[in-house]
Amino acid sequence: MKRLLATIVFLGWATAQSQEIPDSWPGVLEKARGQTVYFNAWAGDENTNAFIAWVGQRVREAHGIELKHVKITLTSEAVARVIAEMAAGRHTGGSVDLIWINGENFLAMKEQKLLFGPFTQRLPNTSLVDTAGKPTTVIDFTVPVDGLESPWRMAQIVYAYDSARLQNPPRSIPAMLDWARRNPGRITHPRIRNFLGSTFLKQALHELADDPKVLLEPATEASFIAVTAPLWRWYEQLKPTMWRKGEQFPETGPAMRQLLADGEIDIMISFNPNEASTAIGKGILPDSVRTFVLEKGTIGNTSFVAIPTNAAHKEGAMAVANFLLSPESQAHAMHPNSMGNFTVLDLNRLTPADRKRFEDLPRGVATLSAAELGRPLLEPHPSWMNRIVDEWERRYAK
Amino acid sequence: MLRLFPVVTLAVFLAPVAAGMVATALPAFGYLPALGGHQVGGAPWQRLLATPGFWTSVHLTVQSGLLATLLALAIVIGFCSAMHNTRLFRRAQVILSPLLATPHVAVAIGLAFLIAPAGWASRLVSPGLTGWQRPPDLAIVHDAGGLSFVLGLLLKEVPYLMFMTLSALNQIRSGETLVAARSLGYPPAAAWLKTVLPQIYPQIRLPVYAVLAFSMSVVDVAVVLAPTNPPPLSTLVFRMFTDRDLAVVFPACAGACLQLLLVVAMLGVWRAGELGFPMLTRRWLTAGGTHKTGAGLRAMWTAVMATMVALSILGTLSLAVWSFTQTWFYPRALPAAWTLSHWERHAADLAGPGGTTLATGLAAALLAMVLSLGCLQNERVNGLGSAARALWLLYTPLLVPQIAFLFGAQMLLVRMGLDGTWIALIWSHLLFVFPYVFLSLADPWRSFDLRYRNSALALTGSPLRTFLRIELPLMGRPALFALAIGFAVSVGQYLPTIFAGGGRFTTLTVEAVTLSSGSDARVTGIYALVQAGLPLLAYMLAIAYPAWRYRHRKGMG
Repeated sequence: MKRLLATIVFLGWATAQSQEIPDSWPGVLEKARGQTVYFNAWAGDENTNAFIAWVGQRVREAHGIELKHVKITLTSEAVARVIAEMAAGRHTGGSVDLIWINGENFLAMKEQKLLFGPFTQRLPNTSLVDTAGKPTTVIDFTVPVDGLESPWRMAQIVYAYDSARLQNPPRSIPAMLDWARRNPGRITHPRIRNFLGSTFLKQALHELADDPKVLLEPATEASFIAVTAPLWRWYEQLKPTMWRKGEQFPETGPAMRQLLADGEIDIMISFNPNEASTAIGKGILPDSVRTFVLEKGTIGNTSFVAIPTNAAHKEGAMAVANFLLSPESQAHAMHPNSMGNFTVLDLNRLTPADRKRFEDLPRGVATLSAAELGRPLLEPHPSWMNRIVDEWERRYAK
Repeated sequence: MLRLFPVVTLAVFLAPVAAGMVATALPAFGYLPALGGHQVGGAPWQRLLATPGFWTSVHLTVQSGLLATLLALAIVIGFCSAMHNTRLFRRAQVILSPLLATPHVAVAIGLAFLIAPAGWASRLVSPGLTGWQRPPDLAIVHDAGGLSFVLGLLLKEVPYLMFMTLSALNQIRSGETLVAARSLGYPPAAAWLKTVLPQIYPQIRLPVYAVLAFSMSVVDVAVVLAPTNPPPLSTLVFRMFTDRDLAVVFPACAGACLQLLLVVAMLGVWRAGELGFPMLTRRWLTAGGTHKTGAGLRAMWTAVMATMVALSILGTLSLAVWSFTQTWFYPRALPAAWTLSHWERHAADLAGPGGTTLATGLAAALLAMVLSLGCLQNERVNGLGSAARALWLLYTPLLVPQIAFLFGAQMLLVRMGLDGTWIALIWSHLLFVFPYVFLSLADPWRSFDLRYRNSALALTGSPLRTFLRIELPLMGRPALFALAIGFAVSVGQYLPTIFAGGGRFTTLTVEAVTLSSGSDARVTGIYALVQAGLPLLAYMLAIAYPAWRYRHRKGMG
């Protein structure tokens, strides 16, 4: 909130404080010691929160850094705070040190030159990232990363379903509509302002668009209307067959997961191929839940962390970003009992001991193999997502 | 020295609230140079009106606010009239005080856990009574009509108005009035309505207004229970303030102003109703005649009140059950497996927000106490009467929607370099804590027997020693109770923490609201339960400590 307010005031805040980042990595770590890093990260998922808490504990032990998880409900809150601080002239000593970010929020910050860097090449662990096999670690929603954000986990759309109630889940977007017509009230998506809500539509658009390649270009008024016409035709028919007749939506992904657990719905979308297994392990979902992907593939992307240009503790933030890329952290994140996210690292570049951390990981009962998941489809340009959200609200927020 | 207290208090309170309102109103008309707003005009309002679902939001706000207030008042009046001086009535204060202590959000989350289609209530009777193997596809929570939202508000507003009514009843000679009326042949309930109500309503008028204003502008309860597509105006405006696109600040400020205008308009409507009501009911009021006896009425109002209490308690209980749940799938009545692991895992995480909540609550309550005592003592020493006007001023922070001035007030804090500091956080809580502390302290303070003070003054010659050694200890019980109330109010604050905390401070309330929008019911249960537990603990201490401290002194415990 302060972000807005800071804007309003003409503080002569900029001080002549030394902003030099040490050249050597040991120098960075030395300066990082004792810093408090305010990590602004979406806090709607308990497993992720627990993981961030674990990271905090580890960077305190290893680097003497105090990591504070500023729990936000939308990443845009943190973006807006930085924008406001910069507008108010607070060019140093900002309140946000590290943001969990990607897609449209990254684009917004990159375009407005609000990001510190390029800094990723300075992180020793960046050399371990699988940029060839996982191109989304360097191209974020079609936008080149340019060293301004550091990857920390992979995501790919899957759909979870309860095999005790549903044997053959629909494996294409049109089949999903047919299924929903026969089984009214059994599917939903989070509300449109939640990233999973718009993702549900984005995935459908990818399959329904005549030529998905246009999605890699920024959307224009004309292209948006033409390209999304089949999407709205599909959604118009699907909506009344959805849970609560498509009049109400769960607030977030985890809220939707609770609906699956309670048997209110049969299918849900997820951005984490391991989510179902992790939830089964914790007793949140019944052990009959399984996952599937669409025959024509599903969209995948990468989660990043970025450092605002006015961050007060850049060295600490860099140390945390580097720790997130460490084999230790990546393997911990991938464990089904933690978040179960796939790693951004290239296992071939790791030492045998580090590689073993990954090879020893158990695979969850509801998790698909890499072959079953298939190569992820590319994210559309962020402008498509923004326009889908606006258009949805124009049509359905009455 | 004492004379400074009312001045300081007003300066701490009203000046920033007023300045905050102005600073919110300017951007509403396009003036905010730092964001490029130089052209004064109606553009922000046009943009606000063009927000999808805008009118539905306004309608929802007005409807749920009026409905919650009317129902809360009806339940309290109905219960009091039918049950006055019964045993249950005399115990109402004890039964309701835990409900009064529980923060709104915890009550709302508990209610959602209880009454949702897959909630505990549904699990308890399914599939046995209902045949449901799956939860019914019914919009019970977040329903489009906002009824669960109204119910959630009622669970807190009824105990609050009940308390205010009980304390008003102590101010008038209700017993004697009733005896007189009943000796004239009126049945008990009618006697109460015709003779007591007209006397006490003026005394609970401001609390009723506060309920109306609160119901129309609350954000946290709305996030948990109200419709979402679109949400009530308060939530809509709050979301606009957190938009990535900073240009949305302009229509957001317009929305905040509209929120204030709506509340003022509805208070006006309510006032008109107050004036019209006696005219419409004059014939009934002055007509003699006897009515049916009250057995049926008593049963009905007892049932309504019992439902309120039961929903609150069961809701809180369901928070507790979830927090110990390992596995619990619909339609089992109870978890299939229990565990302590969630508590173990979150014990450390609770410490941070718990500590912030505790520190802020104690600081705000103590400061409010000092200011209240100063003002009251000034009144006593310098013999100033308690003007009705002062009472209005006191209620200002409770009547003005928080969102209408918090944004502007925050700008002042930024200007002073105080945003995101403890000072800002505690001050923002103090705004809402002080009125409750003052009000709960004022009556016992004013009914203090001044002969104690005069004797002590004669013996010591020192006003300060008299105050510290005699007046304050004699007022120990109400003072501690006021502290507990102040603490409870602080624990419940959501918007002030968000605005003044600048993302640097996380309290249990902020955590509970964030978690309630999704996440894991078991973790939400933990946070909401601890959030509810802290004020309860404070209340219990406020009751237990004087009893223990003064156990050897009859009449003081």
